[in-house]
Amino acid sequence: MTQFAVFMKKLLCVFHVFLPVFVFAQVTISGKVADKKGPLPDVSISLKDTYDGAITDSLGHFSFKTSEKGKFTLVVSSVGYKPFEEEITIEKTNLSYNIILKEAITEMKAVVVTAGTFEAGDKKRAGVVLTSLDIVTTASANADVTQALKTLPGAQQVGEQEGLFVRGGTAAETKIFIDGTLVNKFFYSSAPNISGYGRFSPFLFKGTVFSTGGYSALYGQALSAAVILESIDMPDRTTATLGLSVLGIDAGYQHVNKKKTVSWGADYNYTNLGLAYLVIKQKQDYFTYPGISEGHANFRIKTSKSGMLKYYSDYSFSNFGFREPSIDSIGYLNLFKLKNVFIYQNLSWKENLGPKWKVNMGVSYTNNQDHVDNRLQNSEYGDVSFFKNFYAEPTGIYFNSKAYVERKLRGLSAIRFGSEYNFSNDKGVFTGFLGTPTNYSVKENITALFAEGDVYITNGLAAKLGTRLEHSSTLDKFNMAPRISFAYKTGKSAQASVAYGIFYQTPEAKYLPSANPLTFLKATHYIAQYLVQSNQRVFRAEVYYKKYEELIKTGLISGRDAAINNNGSGDARGFEFFWRDKKTVKYLDYWISYTYLDTKRNYLNFPYETTPNFAAKHTASIVIKTFALPIKTGFNLSYTYSSGRPYYNIMWDGAKYYFSDKGFTPDYHNVSFSLNYVPSVGKQNPRSFVVYVVSINNIFNIKQTYGYEYSYNGARKEPIVPPSRMFVFIGAFFSFGTDRTQDAINNNL
Amino acid sequence: MKKIIFAAIATLFVTTMSAQMSDKFMAAMQSKVGMVDSIRDANSLKDLAAAFERIGDAEKTQWLPYYYAALCEVNATNIEMTNGGAVDMGNHSDKTDPAADRAEGWLNKAEALSKDNSEIFVVKKMIATLRLMGDPMNRYMTYGPEGGQALETAKKLNPDNPRIYILEALDKYYTPEQFGGSKDESKQLFQEALKKYDTYKPESAIHPNWGRVLVNTMLAQMK
Repeated sequence: MTQFAVFMKKLLCVFHVFLPVFVFAQVTISGKVADKKGPLPDVSISLKDTYDGAITDSLGHFSFKTSEKGKFTLVVSSVGYKPFEEEITIEKTNLSYNIILKEAITEMKAVVVTAGTFEAGDKKRAGVVLTSLDIVTTASANADVTQALKTLPGAQQVGEQEGLFVRGGTAAETKIFIDGTLVNKFFYSSAPNISGYGRFSPFLFKGTVFSTGGYSALYGQALSAAVILESIDMPDRTTATLGLSVLGIDAGYQHVNKKKTVSWGADYNYTNLGLAYLVIKQKQDYFTYPGISEGHANFRIKTSKSGMLKYYSDYSFSNFGFREPSIDSIGYLNLFKLKNVFIYQNLSWKENLGPKWKVNMGVSYTNNQDHVDNRLQNSEYGDVSFFKNFYAEPTGIYFNSKAYVERKLRGLSAIRFGSEYNFSNDKGVFTGFLGTPTNYSVKENITALFAEGDVYITNGLAAKLGTRLEHSSTLDKFNMAPRISFAYKTGKSAQASVAYGIFYQTPEAKYLPSANPLTFLKATHYIAQYLVQSNQRVFRAEVYYKKYEELIKTGLISGRDAAINNNGSGDARGFEFFWRDKKTVKYLDYWISYTYLDTKRNYLNFPYETTPNFAAKHTASIVIKTFALPIKTGFNLSYTYSSGRPYYNIMWDGAKYYFSDKGFTPDYHNVSFSLNYVPSVGKQNPRSFVVYVVSINNIFNIKQTYGYEYSYNGARKEPIVPPSRMFVFIGAFFSFGTDRTQDAINNNL
Repeated sequence: MKKIIFAAIATLFVTTMSAQMSDKFMAAMQSKVGMVDSIRDANSLKDLAAAFERIGDAEKTQWLPYYYAALCEVNATNIEMTNGGAVDMGNHSDKTDPAADRAEGWLNKAEALSKDNSEIFVVKKMIATLRLMGDPMNRYMTYGPEGGQALETAKKLNPDNPRIYILEALDKYYTPEQFGGSKDESKQLFQEALKKYDTYKPESAIHPNWGRVLVNTMLAQMK
């Protein structure tokens, strides 16, 4: 060993001897962290750019040792609080700090403005009410979006017509939006007194918002309610599907690229009720069984990390024809024939422009053409001239667009502003019993501007303030609709909200154009809500008052019921309860809703103010779902009750309208049951997946009377009942390349 | 000569200092990495996660501290949830989500420093499972496939990573048989993992090498 090496070794020894001295010269930094309410656990404390620090214990205390010396930054941070930093100088003495953190407004903690709204979807933020699987496993819903929404409070059990009748409003007062744009013909065309189903599958949507009042200024042209549907973004994987049922067949293919940035798909289905109607006797005598031939196509492109372009289209052709005994002429038959061609296209785009700005745009185009033939026939099917005979070809061409930007402000606050344009052309040919065709065309352009602000004052108090300005070209009038709502957190999982808003819509196309100047129909909502939401449980109570003004009044003008003025009015008041619990009983999910409604109105040809025939005083639903693991089967049960609805016949005495008859229908009861057998439950990652479904609507065959229909002279009346009391559906749905087993099961767990 | 000695001393001094730096990192890490496998107490694991975070923040270029921070956070939460008697963690998204958010934040930092890393994808799968357990009813659709995919990627990046097989085995073990779980298959997967450990060489003393203890405990339990 050279001398040099020995020297080096000694030198190193010196270092090693001194090193522990530095290590032992430690200083303790300790203290306590709290907010306004008290000590904060799990807060992280660190000396910036060193390894030293600690987290607070359950009493907010912290303590750590450091051998650092000099100027440092003490960083204190906790999720939900504004970060705290302090410059400190470490010398020889121990240091102690008392730190108070200020709460930051965060999505996790902040109150959500919810008055009037049911929000559904898998969002982190609470508020989940109905998912698409909830919809398909609701026994009474038959996999129909609006049927499932009828099990929530607010909606009436109107079965003789499609649409949602919400809080004393007509079906025309509820508007449905897909990806922001208005959908004009959401339901299949149907015959009078037979309700049409929705055209859109619940699996298209990831989120459903059912707002029964007080909704955002982003939505207009709806006096009562808005159903806001958000389509799914990118499917999880490439799949092929096949469905077979007593009602028809469907097949589809959906492709997703490997990077999950592009997907496209198409499917086709053919539905024919012939087979079902052979077994389940219908009230009507069909010569053409209802048949629907329908195709869908879609694509989705991820335009950036946050951007998404989505396209969806629907092409359908449907027809049916039946005869039933005429109510007007005994021994004669009424023939009704309908053919429908429908095209729908929807294109939407959303994108974040930088961290603060967000853009949403959507356009939709609809072309809906009906051919309706209604005639009186004798028992040998020979045509008989009658004043109710007609042939019509109503065509609707609709174009809707909406664009808005959102700018994030401090905390969660944000402002949104944009515009909406709705074009409609309802045109066609109407040939009455005299045989002279009349052409008509009603064009409407509604242009709207809207602005809305979310203001978060604290985590516990938030407000949504908005206003909407609309112009209608047919009415040549403007309206301005302010909307205000507040939410206040009353407890960890409880909150109270209030909402106020004015809502306008133009009269339905059938009252336009009018010889008399008309204006917008108007409704004013006042809503108060109390909501408790914890994991797997929701309780909601709501009271409201709704005032109707400027409703259409009609009169007999040259033999035809036509709009005369906007002198109609009315109001609705009520309260509603909703309770959903997935927690108490394992594997059992149930919800209960109750609706009390007190409404009167004087509109159309009503002689005086009365409760309309679509409003029942009491409505209640119970929906129960469970999944039995050992037999791989889900059981779903639902019961719906509605007290009797008013019915009446309005006739013209030569000078004015009068009620020739009035009464109440019997109470309505419906018990429905469905089961899904999922044999692939036992297999891990099966290549294919199958669900067998049996569903029985009105299982106890209870007679349901929706109302009464009157002959033209008021002399005869007949109950309006469903085409068949009970309905049974049996089907099998196959899916290849994907595994939906877990969805089906876990939805029921 | 004096000049040479001085230069030598100076050089030595500098190298010792820089070695000291990475020694400091190595030492700090080494003492903690060992604890990842041994600590079974949620609070201590959370302290450990915070300690790893501080090291990561101070070092700025090391992925390992953030990786371990995320791992400890997930483990702490899993222990917390199962110890609380809530063995089916199904109804606690209010607790599991904030933890998953924290873990994900750290893991993203780790991934930014080390791309295409099999170990990071393993923890990704663990976070997806944690999220799923918060509300399985509504989340199977999203987090089931997301976790599966993360594990697939981890396997693609390094099929010899034993921790992939541990997670597969645990999935098999805890899934009820009706859902496709199987104790036998689980055992096979644990054994597979054990085999992988025999040949697996971590890059350094502080690189991921956890899991062996768990495999042995599980296999002992299954006998």
